[in-house]
Amino acid sequence: MSVPAIETRGLVKRFGSTAAVDGIDLDIAQGGIYGVLGPNGAGKTTAIRMLATLLRPDAGEARVLGHDVFTEPKTIREKIALTGQFASLDEDLTGIENLMLLGRLLGYTSRQAKVRGMTLLEAFGLTEAAGRQVKKYSGGMRRRLDIAGSLIVTPQLMFLDEPTTGIDPRSRNQVWDIIRTLVAGGTTILLTTQHLEEADQLADRIAVIDTGKVIAEGTPGQLKAQVGTGALKVRVADPTRREEAAEILGRTLMTEVIRESDPSALTVRLEDESRAASALLALQDSDLGVETFALGQPSLDEVFLALTGHKTAHEATDGETADAQEEAA
Amino acid sequence: MTTTARDQSQRIRSVLVPADQRPAPAGAISASLTYGWRALLKIKHIPEQLFDVTVFPIMMTVMFTYIFGGAIAGSVDGYVQFLIPGIFVQTMIMITMYTGLTLNRDISKGVFDRFRSLPTWRPAQLVGALLGDQIRYILAGTIILGVGFVMGFRPEGGMTGVITAFVLLLVFSFSLSWVWTVISLLVRTEQAAMGISMFIMMPLTFASNIFVDPETMPSWLQGAVEVNPVSVVVTAIRELMAGVGQFSSVTLVLVYCVVLIGVFGPLSMYFYNRKS
Repeated sequence: MSVPAIETRGLVKRFGSTAAVDGIDLDIAQGGIYGVLGPNGAGKTTAIRMLATLLRPDAGEARVLGHDVFTEPKTIREKIALTGQFASLDEDLTGIENLMLLGRLLGYTSRQAKVRGMTLLEAFGLTEAAGRQVKKYSGGMRRRLDIAGSLIVTPQLMFLDEPTTGIDPRSRNQVWDIIRTLVAGGTTILLTTQHLEEADQLADRIAVIDTGKVIAEGTPGQLKAQVGTGALKVRVADPTRREEAAEILGRTLMTEVIRESDPSALTVRLEDESRAASALLALQDSDLGVETFALGQPSLDEVFLALTGHKTAHEATDGETADAQEEAA
Repeated sequence: MTTTARDQSQRIRSVLVPADQRPAPAGAISASLTYGWRALLKIKHIPEQLFDVTVFPIMMTVMFTYIFGGAIAGSVDGYVQFLIPGIFVQTMIMITMYTGLTLNRDISKGVFDRFRSLPTWRPAQLVGALLGDQIRYILAGTIILGVGFVMGFRPEGGMTGVITAFVLLLVFSFSLSWVWTVISLLVRTEQAAMGISMFIMMPLTFASNIFVDPETMPSWLQGAVEVNPVSVVVTAIRELMAGVGQFSSVTLVLVYCVVLIGVFGPLSMYFYNRKS
């Protein structure tokens, strides 16, 4: 376990005159989940494609599980699995055909590949859809099949490019559970996401990237400490009782309660998220009739605002991005 | 975690393959055949894609024989004996173009990223696609010869001659499809691939001995027609079907095949590996 999962120095990839990845240094240990957080077009996918040996870097160095991406791509491919942002499946084929195809390519005989495929479909709750063309699958089913395809043989390192983009919350939770299961089984996971919540839920460490550069790196706790805390949003059923609720929240949380323009809504800035539970209990005891009670995390925009002083750093000049990088380091 | 989530985790944990039990990745041949199998599955799921290899050959054969037959050879019956082997070659090599078009569409999809991330011999993805296309070629060829037979084509070479000619043409089609593969990897859209392919295909098929005997052409053109690979193939196929197969003609076709694969095979791989 001493070899790092990923080690890059000054990794660069240009498309025409723009640098999609502009000098990225990463040190990712084996085991656990590493999150790469950034907005659309930040360079996340390009970085993953270089590490998965699909794209040749223009400059810099990269080693995956100790192997050089330039000179030992085949060795790397034996140890990794890739689940792309757009389903890495053949939509015209059925679920089982997709898994059999991958199984045969990975060295199983036709019959073994079928058995292996059916076993995986069952574990992922897709047995009934085995004979259906993938283009008729829902978003969540596709994702599960996609991940099953990466587990025909267990990879040492798995790349998940925005695994929950475009799927419903229930499927998202399922995918999260699957990812946690894989890590418990010993696989290292590198995942990209546009949502701080997802990175916070899953990742042990996070790199925030924008315009091809790492602008912050650390544990979710460290990042959130830089970014600020979350907010508790409460909505009461009866607007006339809002003041009562405000009083209770103010008393239990001992902070200022913001009265929203919505006559039923209240927001409290939280210093410590764990105290939200006591506020909820107090509200419940008062029999107020709380309609919604949500613990909001800072959005990606807020993260960028805090880290760079801009909504997203796309408009930022190079100098300002560099400042942000120094602050983060 | 809910009970179902825990169950799911449990199930997934239980089906993970330990690292020491994973098989060695498929070899080059096995991987190519597997990708060929994928191509066959695609035909099974989207039979409409066979339109170009079924209706198109019938149309070509019937149209050219009846439109040009009387004018060129005086009678349709006489022309059929001359034209069918030519149409057989023309239609087949026209169909090879679709190999490139299909590939262009295919490669732009996410699944090719996954294929490329697998520890298998990379050219297998292309070889397999071309192997799968052999089924399409066989289907098209059978239809052309069937229609020809109905129209009065009676090859002197009999079954042996026809089958040998068929196999030779399949080898040539496989070799030629690497040209379209290179084109489809170089251009961005399917339409562009189609345009360029047609631009190459038209002179190749018409400046050949498919429709007419080159003796009526100006001498400068005759020279071009003679070295045109399509003419070389048509000559060999005509001879084989007529039962007068020449070793030298067949060898010349195979030389062309080796050159085509030798040049365009590596070029395909070069561009394929650099495709992002």
